[in-house]
Amino acid sequence: MQRQASKITLAAVLAMCLLSLPGGERLCAAQIPTGDASRTPRVAQASSADSARLFQQMFAVFEHPRCMNCHTGEAFPRQGDDRHRHTMNVTRGPANSGAAGLHCSTCHQSMNQTASGVPGASDWHLAPARMAWVGLSPGQLCRALRNPAKGAMSPDQMLSHFATGLIRWGWDPGKNGHGQARTTPPMSYSEFIGVTTRWIESGAKCPE
Amino acid sequence: MISLVVNGQRRSVNVEPDTPLLWVIREQLGLTGTKYGCGIAMCGACTVHVDGQAVRSCSFPVGSAVGRRITTIEGLSANRSHPLQKAWIATQVPQCGYCQSGMLMAAAALLSEKPRPTDADIDVAMTNICRCGTYERIRKAIHAAAGK
Repeated sequence: MQRQASKITLAAVLAMCLLSLPGGERLCAAQIPTGDASRTPRVAQASSADSARLFQQMFAVFEHPRCMNCHTGEAFPRQGDDRHRHTMNVTRGPANSGAAGLHCSTCHQSMNQTASGVPGASDWHLAPARMAWVGLSPGQLCRALRNPAKGAMSPDQMLSHFATGLIRWGWDPGKNGHGQARTTPPMSYSEFIGVTTRWIESGAKCPE
Repeated sequence: MISLVVNGQRRSVNVEPDTPLLWVIREQLGLTGTKYGCGIAMCGACTVHVDGQAVRSCSFPVGSAVGRRITTIEGLSANRSHPLQKAWIATQVPQCGYCQSGMLMAAAALLSEKPRPTDADIDVAMTNICRCGTYERIRKAIHAAAGK
């Protein structure tokens, strides 16, 4: 009975942790139930270390060109695995979706185009410049994800974002104009969602 | 069968949904003012409007055009009366002319969003390629048509 109650309390606190992120890291650690003294400290320590390691795995996805080319702070997107500047003088524009008269959707449609090799997914656009990731270490990027000034998302928002067609495109990027398959992040999409979920559940800790 | 509205007219075509809109416009509908250039959405010769926005039709699946308003160079105006068309003629913009229908459609999309564009606005919107190098005259004609 006592163990059952402890489990319920743990679940409730975990839910609070999820709801309180970003910025809930210390609160979560402090509220882990103390009913089972022999377990709690070990769980908390393991979660903290594991959580930061989980983010390192997530970082390997974030730093992939399929993500990073549009998570830039520059006034233009980048393209290709060498991350060269987008050709044709393409610019970010005021709403992160291109310039007046030349929106991203002038060329990028809701799906990859096999005839032209132009990639596509619904709502193709750049991440806002404040969500730029280029040059950040894993710890810096992790903290940026939880910083409201940099567009922090709640865990639900983050998972919803990762479920959009534009993010999923990273794992289905099609072929370029030369018929060559674009590279994909170093883990599968389902693995990425699994790692992200475990990172959130373990308190969403950041590496140093 | 796919039903489209092109230049205000409803048309039906028997093609696969992933067929590039360009080929439907040119081959199925016979509207050959829209040109094929690079085929990879870079040169802009194939530019048309879909719901008023410029798109590169070589990379636009016809299935995505269903229920939307398609405008080609033939439908930009009646009797070449669009201010850009008048400015194009007055400024004698074209040299060989192959890219110019796409240029006009791109410029029209720009002016619909930004009626009085700066040189910088024109530079970032008009990424179409002209191998004759008429860019200076294109910019001049856009300014001439602006606000009209």
